[in-house]
Amino acid sequence: MLHIKNLQARIEEKEILKGINLDIKPGEVHAIMGPNGSGKSTLASVLAGRSDYEVTGGEVEFNGKDLLELSPEDRSREGLFLAFQYPVEIPGVSTTNFIKTAVNEIRKYRGEEPMDAVEFLKKMKEKMKLVEIDQSLLSRSLNEGFSGGEKKRNEIFQMAMLEPNLAILDETDSGLDIDALRIVAEGVNKLRDGKRSFLVITHYQRLLDYIVPDHVHVLYKGRIVKSGGKELALELEERGYDFIKEELGESVEA
Amino acid sequence: MSDLKELIQNKISKEPYTGNGALQELSRKGIQLFNEQGIPTVKHEEWKYTRISGVLNKDFSYAVDSTAVTTADVDAVRLPGHEAANELVFINGIYHAELSTIRSSADELVILPLSEAAKGEYKSVVENNLGHSAKYHTDGINAMNNAFAYQGLFIAVKKNKAVEHPLYCYYINDARTNSVLSQPRTLIHVGVNAQVFLVEEEITMGTSDSFINRVSEVVVEENANVHIYKIQNEDSHSSCVKTTHVRQLGVSKVSSVTLTLNGGIIRNNLNFILEAPGCESHMYGLYCVKGETHVDNHTIVDNVMPNSFSNELYKGIIDENATGVFNGKIFVRKDAQKTNAYQSNKNVLMSDTASVNTKPQLEIFADDVKCSHGCTVGRLDEEALFYLRARGVGEKAAKALLLHAFAGEILEKIELEPIRGYAEQIISERLGFEF
Repeated sequence: MLHIKNLQARIEEKEILKGINLDIKPGEVHAIMGPNGSGKSTLASVLAGRSDYEVTGGEVEFNGKDLLELSPEDRSREGLFLAFQYPVEIPGVSTTNFIKTAVNEIRKYRGEEPMDAVEFLKKMKEKMKLVEIDQSLLSRSLNEGFSGGEKKRNEIFQMAMLEPNLAILDETDSGLDIDALRIVAEGVNKLRDGKRSFLVITHYQRLLDYIVPDHVHVLYKGRIVKSGGKELALELEERGYDFIKEELGESVEA
Repeated sequence: MSDLKELIQNKISKEPYTGNGALQELSRKGIQLFNEQGIPTVKHEEWKYTRISGVLNKDFSYAVDSTAVTTADVDAVRLPGHEAANELVFINGIYHAELSTIRSSADELVILPLSEAAKGEYKSVVENNLGHSAKYHTDGINAMNNAFAYQGLFIAVKKNKAVEHPLYCYYINDARTNSVLSQPRTLIHVGVNAQVFLVEEEITMGTSDSFINRVSEVVVEENANVHIYKIQNEDSHSSCVKTTHVRQLGVSKVSSVTLTLNGGIIRNNLNFILEAPGCESHMYGLYCVKGETHVDNHTIVDNVMPNSFSNELYKGIIDENATGVFNGKIFVRKDAQKTNAYQSNKNVLMSDTASVNTKPQLEIFADDVKCSHGCTVGRLDEEALFYLRARGVGEKAAKALLLHAFAGEILEKIELEPIRGYAEQIISERLGFEF
């Protein structure tokens, strides 16, 4: 589904991604872990098409298409979803109106008719249950005045509505208490259907107790330096990131 | 510029005002001040960013024959909801009763030539209020209108009457054969405990140059409630200066929404004089301009007595080569303790060549007041744009969605449903918003 080959990217003059290789097959859940500043969020941003980043080398193929050639909206329409680390507040635009626009723009791209109002409301209700989100919240301006947990639940709600092939969760766990984390993770788990793939980016192992990955990768200084199964996450939790540095032969500061 | 002076002088000598009293005095002072001041140049502090002389330098005819306009012509420009409105039609500055439709009864709504109103029951209202705006505008533009105020219209909403049919005022310049300069003038008296909605639109017929210099003075008595909505959506050959001067003489509530979509040079003067304790004033504006349009919103809030509240929010979306000006003055006089006055001006620039000059001016002489002001000028929020695009919304649609939301905060203040719907429609069309 997603093939990343030797991906390099920078922001302004700073090289951040220095050759990422990653393959994600349908239905797989991959976790990317790594210390702060390793390039985790940059990877998510580059895949979603944020223009602040310049891709300087490598290839990304998504469902047989050259992802890097597509605009952010076309990436979404092709089935890529990014759950933002910091969801944006947009005054004056309700989540309901926004998500309806998004659903129909994606349908239009795929040559489908706009969803009728009844069908849309039915789908909304179903997906609202999934993340325990209230109608009143969705009628309000998008993310405006939402708590951290509400924002993240709204991201997962949108994901459920848009039904992507590949969902990237960019530090979705950051700033969440354990209850909010559980709700978000359960929402994600209910969307695992054997075909949909996930790329879960996180600093902490905690989220992976709830969303159990098939593969764990450690990103360090712009490269994936170690890959393994879900047990790698536990090892990182126990030993910290220092053991990675040691394995790489770097000196570890006290 | 001498041409315009000549034009005005010719007009005066041909049709000298023969009445006396307040109208004669105002006309005399207007002529005198106009002769002294002429048309303001950019050296005039209040006209620094708006070169009105450039527009008035053209070869205008003044108050040409207006009989060519038919009911069918007016039909073409009527606003939504007109079937239930009082429609007041001004052609080339002069009120035309035969093209107008007054649906309210005479015990609610009185419409008289100012020259008649100055003699009868409303004599003291006219004497005390007509020309009050000249205290705040000492330039030649206001003076020029004062010179001809005797041709104006008096409108009274009787006390204890909530006028069911809104007043739609169409200020039409018939520029189909000549370039036309016109100077509509109204004095509107809203009696004690009365309520009225005013909707005003400047309209140019034809493609010759058009200039409208309108002055509307609104007098609001105790417990009255007034809504004033102004719409400007014209071509580049149509310019105007609109002065709306509101005196709140008793504790009352007035709300104003000024919409500007297009035109040549558009100057909106809006003054609120809060002369009684406990007045409430709301001033909203939206300018959504492109091409070469220049829009200038000059507002004054003068708090004279204690405990008043005013809230001012103007928003601008400026594209292509258009320019915007916002100048918001707030006076808080010595006796106006416990005044709450808020002002905000927010602008989005959509192109490299769009520009805006924004300037708040607060003059506070009381020591126990709450005043705030702020302005922003910027681009559309890139982060918000990316967020929408990352959810599959195309770039154009995402921009339209954000701008529509930005504008919506003003449009929702329009309480007259057909006009809000109309405003919504023309703004959506402008922004390419199709949801």
